[in-house]
Amino acid sequence: MSTKKIPYSKLKAESPNTASGTYVRIIKMGIKYKVQMFFGIIAIFIAAGFQLWIPILIGDAVEKISEIVSESDDATNRSVTTIGLLLLFASSMRGLFTGLYNYMGESIGQHIGYELRLLYYEKLQRLSFSYHSNIHSGDLITRALLDIEGVSMFVRTAFLRTIFMFFLIGTGTYMVIKADLVLGLISLSFIPFVGWRSIEARLKLRSSWYKLQEKMSILTKIMDENMGGIRVVRSFFSQNYEIRKFDSASKETLYLANDQVDIKSINISMISTSFLISMGLVLWIGGLKVINGSINIGELATFLAFMSILQQPVRMLGMMVNAFARGAASGGRLFSVLDMEAEIQEKKGAINLTKAKGILKFNNVSFGYEGERTLKNISFEAKPGHTIGIVGPPGSGKSTIAHLIPRFYDATSGEITIDGINIKDVQLDSLRHLVSVVEQDSFLFTASIEHNVAYGNPWAEDTDVEIASKNTQMYNYIINLPDKFNTMVGERGVSLSGGQRQRLSIARSILLRPKIIVFDDSTSAVDAATEQKIRIALKEATKNRTSIIISHRLSSLMHADEILFIESGEIQERGNHEYLISKGKKYSELYELQIRPKIN
Amino acid sequence: MFKSKLKYSNTPPKASIKRNTFFDDEIFGVAYDQKIILRFGKYLKPFRKQIIYSFIAVLFFSISSVSFPLIIKFTIDSSLYNVTNIDNIFLICIVTFFIGIIVNFISGYFQEIIIGKVGEKVLVDLRKSMFVHLQKVSLSFMDKTEIGRMMSRLQGDVAALQEFLHTITVGLGDLILITGIIFVLFFLDWKLALMMIGVVPTLLLVRIIWLPHARKAFIKSRVTASIVSGALAENINGVRAVQGLTREKVNYSLFEVLAHDNLKAQNIATRFSVIMMPIVDTLTGISLSVIIIGGGFLITKGNLEIGVLVAFILYVQRFFDPIRALTMHYSVFQRAMASGERIFELIDVPIEVKDKANAVKLKNIDGSIEFKNVTFGYIEKQPVLKNISFKINPGETVALVGPTGSGKTSITSLTHRFYDIWEGEIMIGDKEIKSVTQKSLGENVGMVLQEPFLFTGSILENIKYSQSKTTRADIVNAAKAVGAHEFIMKLPKTYDTILEQRGSNISLGQRQLISFARAIVADTKILILDEATASIDSYTEMLIQRALAKLLENRTGMVIAHRLATIRGADKIIVLQDGKITETGNHDELISLGGLYSKMFSLNYSSFDDIPDELIKSAAEETKENVT
Repeated sequence: MSTKKIPYSKLKAESPNTASGTYVRIIKMGIKYKVQMFFGIIAIFIAAGFQLWIPILIGDAVEKISEIVSESDDATNRSVTTIGLLLLFASSMRGLFTGLYNYMGESIGQHIGYELRLLYYEKLQRLSFSYHSNIHSGDLITRALLDIEGVSMFVRTAFLRTIFMFFLIGTGTYMVIKADLVLGLISLSFIPFVGWRSIEARLKLRSSWYKLQEKMSILTKIMDENMGGIRVVRSFFSQNYEIRKFDSASKETLYLANDQVDIKSINISMISTSFLISMGLVLWIGGLKVINGSINIGELATFLAFMSILQQPVRMLGMMVNAFARGAASGGRLFSVLDMEAEIQEKKGAINLTKAKGILKFNNVSFGYEGERTLKNISFEAKPGHTIGIVGPPGSGKSTIAHLIPRFYDATSGEITIDGINIKDVQLDSLRHLVSVVEQDSFLFTASIEHNVAYGNPWAEDTDVEIASKNTQMYNYIINLPDKFNTMVGERGVSLSGGQRQRLSIARSILLRPKIIVFDDSTSAVDAATEQKIRIALKEATKNRTSIIISHRLSSLMHADEILFIESGEIQERGNHEYLISKGKKYSELYELQIRPKIN
Repeated sequence: MFKSKLKYSNTPPKASIKRNTFFDDEIFGVAYDQKIILRFGKYLKPFRKQIIYSFIAVLFFSISSVSFPLIIKFTIDSSLYNVTNIDNIFLICIVTFFIGIIVNFISGYFQEIIIGKVGEKVLVDLRKSMFVHLQKVSLSFMDKTEIGRMMSRLQGDVAALQEFLHTITVGLGDLILITGIIFVLFFLDWKLALMMIGVVPTLLLVRIIWLPHARKAFIKSRVTASIVSGALAENINGVRAVQGLTREKVNYSLFEVLAHDNLKAQNIATRFSVIMMPIVDTLTGISLSVIIIGGGFLITKGNLEIGVLVAFILYVQRFFDPIRALTMHYSVFQRAMASGERIFELIDVPIEVKDKANAVKLKNIDGSIEFKNVTFGYIEKQPVLKNISFKINPGETVALVGPTGSGKTSITSLTHRFYDIWEGEIMIGDKEIKSVTQKSLGENVGMVLQEPFLFTGSILENIKYSQSKTTRADIVNAAKAVGAHEFIMKLPKTYDTILEQRGSNISLGQRQLISFARAIVADTKILILDEATASIDSYTEMLIQRALAKLLENRTGMVIAHRLATIRGADKIIVLQDGKITETGNHDELISLGGLYSKMFSLNYSSFDDIPDELIKSAAEETKENVT
């Protein structure tokens, strides 16, 4: 198959060094959820407020109780009860608002995950054939499974929590600085260190996550092909070989994962140690100050209490650094697909061609790069009610012609017109409604026969489905199945013979009543007699349609109004069957080769 | 953003992606529940040593973490208040603090690294277990389950466990902390301790009510995620058909429904996990106020020292903090259990075809195959093969002929023991195939499938496949033997040309030749061949016919034949109909017999497979009439 290559560099995700753009995009996606953002941020401040109030209340309580011991006063006893109830209130509220902001954070993350899934799905549907033939489906599945989750998790665990953390650190900083400048600076001395460590670890983790996801793609590919080719695996009893293949890919992912554990472990330990060292220094120097008499002991105690507020955010930091790193790596891999421009684009103001007659014209059409042209200067015209036959050896460019008509690929030069309008000026949807290509190796979906036949027109009447299956000589087979039209087929359904599958996909196309129908070797597994019957049945249905039959079996296209013999991308001979036979060249040689042995 | 709404008519679209949903419950068994956690235990067993080390590390880490406030308290109380001998005690305190930091650093580092690495290994092992299991489960299971669906378990659910791993270290430390604190509290004052712990039963009660609902929500969230990824995967594989038939908008709106179901399920699961936060915090508040009010009362009565009360207040915080954290971890834990369940479901799919304990190696066979009264079917009470008996002599080529559904493919699958038969015996040489190892059976019985499946990788690797001892020269010879050498040499990198997914960058006929070469390299005494039905261009067709003859040279061949040329060339033809053998003999014998075969032959189809069913039926009926 001739496909235009996309340079590999374009397929790769954005390099691990330009992650800030990824964050900006994720953040932009997040702040779209205004309601959640609003309530989430409010809840953060309230939760943090209550969090800070609780130690103050406890301090009050201890003070009051000390007073009770000395004075045994009934009034203070009552105020202790009040403080107790206030504590209950504060604690409940803290829980409520912490729950709320967590919920909002999760909600934003889940919505972004949902949105990304839809965007990704939509993108994959729109990306051109040239993209899909260059990328392994296992790779795309890995991105869908692991990278969307990576971004979503980053948002869920790190998005709002970053705000919460900065708020707590800010408050803590303010309190310690206010209490004592020198001690304050000492107590905050760990922050630059933590900042440096976090940035460094994040960079390392990001490139590691990036590599890990790439290796995961390879692992998915191996598993995907193992399951897809399960019969080959079983018939060669090569399970052990497959397991070894799996193991070596798996080992590489483990190696990278262990790398991450190394980075994370040293990072988390160093961050919390630096915090503890600061605390130790405060205790030491603060203690000396107390001994000197420059501060009193109560001040030191408050100071240390404030510092302990910072302990929780510091503990969370390691986890968040990882979430940031994974978010950037996964986001990069996802956005690289989402940003991929579909090669086939619809022009602005493109024409709707639904009502076209279906006069198809190729004008000097070429395809492929200089030096390896797969099609050279192809010109022909096909009118409604006419049939064009295209024949030639494998690799001659026959299928390329089929793929150019519905713009699965664009011609490199020359133009293709329908009713005189260049197909590049036509709305893609209307073009593809107009043109239907039946492929040789067509994909059936895991669904009932009925749904497969009606795949292109999901609201087709049952009678239409029946007619289409009658026309393709499938009806009798189907109604003899136990579940008739509800029989499941497809990847994991009932096994159909190659010919039956091809007939189903023909039914699927004719149901759409396209103005131009292209049979791309789509009866190769159907025997000649059945094919003849299909042709007769379709004759009435295709009376006003343009048909193009591509085949290497002459019996499929001998009847065509014009036959093009193609070799090395060029039309070598053209004319109807009788004329080409009388010419006695390549076509008639092929005829000799195919038809003679059967007559004898 | 997404304005592609459908013009919905009254009837739902005839769609595909929505139809997958019922698979999950149907194929996999019912959930197991509590056993899941025990199942993980098995995967932890090889790491007993590491787990003990990590436990020690966690212990030291927790102790050092708890000791810091105590050291601070002690520093303030005994050295700074008490002015005598300040320098020494103060310095000792500071030094202790820094020793604590060192202990904390070392134990913290080791707990992270040991648990982290064991965890990653366990994940890899779990995925491998699933993969290895899939290599053994029956083909009928594999036939029913979509790849995207299994991939969601192999990748999605394993990844979901990863999150669990990141919290397990913290969770473990928290548990140790809670236990320690309870001890200390009871040691300090058991009455106050009871008051404080009095809320714990409430917590347990809430848990008991919460758990079944939450579990359901978490599982639903994972299952819907799996459906979404299954739908996504299917669309990736069928993208050409989707674009060709302009189904994008319909598919998008159907996918949107699935993705939205997943979003809703996730959202509900989140509600279950966050609802625990205010509950636990309220209980913390109750505990705190009980201690302050109750403790205050006890103090006024002189039954309690103020120092103990202060210690209690401090410890309440330390006690509920980890409980709060554990609640958050608990939702992670629940999610992990939901994923674990899905993983073990796959591992628990029964293996139907197994080696017997005393299975022997199949070797030095002459190549004969014999079916003795074999009955077999895929669904209970619906036999596909009924009491089939035949014998193939060494070196013979036998063509299996008959209409679709007559049982040809079943016979080939059974010879390879893809399934076990219901009744009868299948012999290879003098051995019953159930009595030999599957591996040795595979070394003696080769198979070429109707549709060649090629792997991503070079042509060389594809021909070599699992035969590790094969040299490049062998591969080139095999390719020459089947006539693939010429076209391979014309490819840009000859034998090192990388085949794209499913070999899509070479033609169908060429893929066929490569799969023939692969069979030559495997060099088995018996070869089962399912001839391709698709007519291939005349150029390649001749090559394939020649390759076929080469392939069957010096081997016993069992061919599901579609081409007349192949059938005529066979030593023996077995005609099948409705799971029974109706005729046996060579071409001339069968023609003179005047049965179904000769009727089919006289219809003059170049390929035998796709003779319309009506014709076969009438031919068969005619034959029956003739017999009676």
